[in-house]
Amino acid sequence: MSTASVANHDAAHDHHDHEHHDNFVTKYIFSQDHKMIAKQYLVTGMFWALIGGLLSILFRLQLGFPDMDMSFLRPILGGWIDEAGKLDPTFYLALVTMHGTIMVFFVLTAGLSGTFSNFLIPLQIGARDMASGFMNMISYWLFFISGVIMFISLFLKTGPAAGGWVVYPPLSALEQAIPGSGLGMTLWLVAMTFFIASSLMGGINYITTVINLRTKGMSFSKLPLTIWAFFLTAVIGLLSFPVLFAAALLLVFDRSFGTSFYLSDIYIGGEALPNTGGSPVLYQHLFWFLGHPEVYIVLLPALGITSEVIATNSRKPIFGYKAMIISLLGITVLSFVVWAHHMFVSGMNPFLGSIFMFLTLIIAVPSAVKVFNYLTTLWRGNLIFTPAMLFSIGLVSFFISGGLTGIFLGNSAIDIQLHDTYFVVAHFHLVMGSASFFGMIAGVYHWFPKMFGRMMDAKLGYVHFWITFVGVYMVFFPMHYIGIAGFPRRYYSWTNFEFANMYTDLNMFVSVAAIITFGAQFIFLFNFFYSMYRGRKASENPWRSNTLEWTTPIEPGHGNWPGEIPAVYRWPYDYSKPGAEEDFIPQTVPLSATPESNLPHEQELVKVELEIMKEEEEVLVSNETSH
Amino acid sequence: MYGFLIGVGVLLIFSIIWMVYRIQTLVSVVKGSDKKIASGSNKVNAILFIVFLLGGGILMFWYSIKEFDNYQLPVASEHGVITDSLFWWSMGVTGIVFLITHILLFIFPYKYQYSEKRKASFYPDNNKLEIIWTVVPAIVLAGLVISGWVAWSDITAPAPENAHTVEIMGYQFAWEVRYPGKDQVLGDYDYRLISATNSHGVDFSDKNSVDDFPSPVVVIPKGEPVLFKIRARDVLHSVFAPHMRLKMDAVPGMPTRFWFVPTKTTAEMREETGNPDFNYEIACTEICGRGHFSMRKVIEVVEPEAYQKWYAEQRSFIQMNPALATGVPADAKEVAEVQLTEK
Repeated sequence: MSTASVANHDAAHDHHDHEHHDNFVTKYIFSQDHKMIAKQYLVTGMFWALIGGLLSILFRLQLGFPDMDMSFLRPILGGWIDEAGKLDPTFYLALVTMHGTIMVFFVLTAGLSGTFSNFLIPLQIGARDMASGFMNMISYWLFFISGVIMFISLFLKTGPAAGGWVVYPPLSALEQAIPGSGLGMTLWLVAMTFFIASSLMGGINYITTVINLRTKGMSFSKLPLTIWAFFLTAVIGLLSFPVLFAAALLLVFDRSFGTSFYLSDIYIGGEALPNTGGSPVLYQHLFWFLGHPEVYIVLLPALGITSEVIATNSRKPIFGYKAMIISLLGITVLSFVVWAHHMFVSGMNPFLGSIFMFLTLIIAVPSAVKVFNYLTTLWRGNLIFTPAMLFSIGLVSFFISGGLTGIFLGNSAIDIQLHDTYFVVAHFHLVMGSASFFGMIAGVYHWFPKMFGRMMDAKLGYVHFWITFVGVYMVFFPMHYIGIAGFPRRYYSWTNFEFANMYTDLNMFVSVAAIITFGAQFIFLFNFFYSMYRGRKASENPWRSNTLEWTTPIEPGHGNWPGEIPAVYRWPYDYSKPGAEEDFIPQTVPLSATPESNLPHEQELVKVELEIMKEEEEVLVSNETSH
Repeated sequence: MYGFLIGVGVLLIFSIIWMVYRIQTLVSVVKGSDKKIASGSNKVNAILFIVFLLGGGILMFWYSIKEFDNYQLPVASEHGVITDSLFWWSMGVTGIVFLITHILLFIFPYKYQYSEKRKASFYPDNNKLEIIWTVVPAIVLAGLVISGWVAWSDITAPAPENAHTVEIMGYQFAWEVRYPGKDQVLGDYDYRLISATNSHGVDFSDKNSVDDFPSPVVVIPKGEPVLFKIRARDVLHSVFAPHMRLKMDAVPGMPTRFWFVPTKTTAEMREETGNPDFNYEIACTEICGRGHFSMRKVIEVVEPEAYQKWYAEQRSFIQMNPALATGVPADAKEVAEVQLTEK
């Protein structure tokens, strides 16, 4: 493979002090370039999104068309389709479990944070690469290994893990309880261990890079909101993933070494188990200590991307930059103290329920502030509907719809009825699933030109957006009705119950909408891969944006900027500034160069800025002469 | 043959789409519209947002009103009336916010779509506005939380002394019910005593368990407090009685409880719903394995007098299976024997 080295040699590298000799392996496989790692994350994430989506289509077929003869799926599912052409109920549970695990961790955590934190942090803060390129590479490959293990578990004879994505013990601990809790669950735990290691390495890198490698002038108060979001996401991940690891480790002990952390007083399969004194509720506490922050791990990057895209395409500064940061910080802190709202009816002390209800509804305030700020950013803007912009507006809509239903669920008295019904399914699929997914897609459309030097086709993007946007609402909005009617989650069929023996038409509608929405994603896939090779060549700054990544060459090499890293003189949101000729002023333009548009307080900063620049020049000159 | 034809059809459709795509790309290059900041599509997208707002709004209102009686389950417990009113209050408040924010979100794109003649207004911040929309949601939420908290505290308060106790035990994949019998006290249980004849693991050496009796349905009196003592035998389950607005996990090793006051008998509900076959049901809402979707138990709410009568008629575990009484200690044996002779 290394013979390809000459062909792949990138001329842009010659500008650097030390020359890189990239061969195929070091460039595309074991790459330490943050941009390549980001692309690896993206493509892997897309692969997993397809698998996760496909699994959901399979169980939607069962829910929408319970009488359907599924024999035609036997070539893929084999024995999981029985003689009569029916889906196996145990495998149904495996499907929902793997759909959840894959979407939450592999797509919306690794695929989203992995892609955009890696890609944008160095480019937007003005760094040559991540603090540790090597660790970054390890991070991706641990994720890859995790994925391979999880993928293998799909093909086990006893099936993959099937206890729901939360894998509550004792169900997940006892093979007698469900076959998926055998080898499938073991592989799940091993895969998650690799995944946790991967996200910790990634997180440490993101945090270190943002703190240490910002270019000259890039103070925290000049960081784009994307970076703020990625930074805080990494902080959340770093603090909460280890707790998931602890939970998983204790589960491993219970499963394999006869301990009783979570197991107590169990009689199953005709025998009484020796375990006593454990508590399944302990696992729930540990799990949700990650599980809830995890919601923000997938959401914050999407909100960061949206802030950037909306500001750029509204040709307006993001409204309330500081309020946005304070909201992000508020969400970050509060995300750690709301976990038990998933457990109001778990048997936990009701007093704790009261505490967590108060804390949960507090977190709604910064979320509301963010929505209002997005709306005000759109107000009196000059809106350009690029596909990225459309998806960002879609995100705001999902964030509102799904966020508002959170107010019901966060209220423990109301949650009694709604807990574990389709109302919850509707809620989190909108607010964290679809919203984050839209953030990710918006990011791809927006930064595709920077990733591949070409443009994605906008018209296909519009079609993709409208089908997906309408489709997502058609899938998840009806679930609210089903949920209010009390339909429980993770049910193979509802016909056993009189209270739920209705809405077959609505479920069919949801399933059809899901299939169409899933199908529309192939438009995106086509657009993505086709444009990668045949898309129109991108210009240097196609969206006329202010942030630093658009000052790099169209296809930046390893090291990002061929010469000096540019210095930063202003915040990233100087769009449509009164007095300025263009409707955007990049961060690299000094305040002293734009006296016509400076605000009064900026005029004073000009003096400071000039002094610094003078000093800089002296240093440069003395460096030159001393050579 | 049909498969082949369908294949050809699909292929044709794809090639047509492909051609249209290529042609529009080439046309846009020729027209130079790709150089423009905002093409004609900008307007189309702006209009589509309005179409979506109207279409989605109409669909939502139409369906919500049309289906109201379907998705709004009749409520049959005292606290359920309160939580339902909390639910609809929240719906009112959030509904207003939902409508306003969405109207703005979709009208702004139309109103402020790109125009070369216009420049966006530079409006980076306004602390007054930020404070307003931090404080107002905080106050509104505080209102919702406090009313929710009051309801929650009442619901989760200890059950009244006179509550009728029913033990519900979940296992893969059904529920079993145990009543405390005449003494109104449930006997001890131990999971190690579970056997084919003693599925509850009742400890019959405990005096209190001698008169405990099982029941195939959960029978409870109307208008009197009922306490569900909930436990699980193998994995997590969750007792969900949708009409009672009741839900509580069944946890192995950690008994839980939920008390409530049913307000309508099954007969009354049959009349109200116009469905002569109506039954109150219990379903499982915590994933528990293959049969998770089939853990059904019927609740029968009856008038208190009928309840007392039914209660007195039930036969205890020991009466049904005298062999269980072998481990009963001497002092309790008398009670057991009395029971046995009583039948």
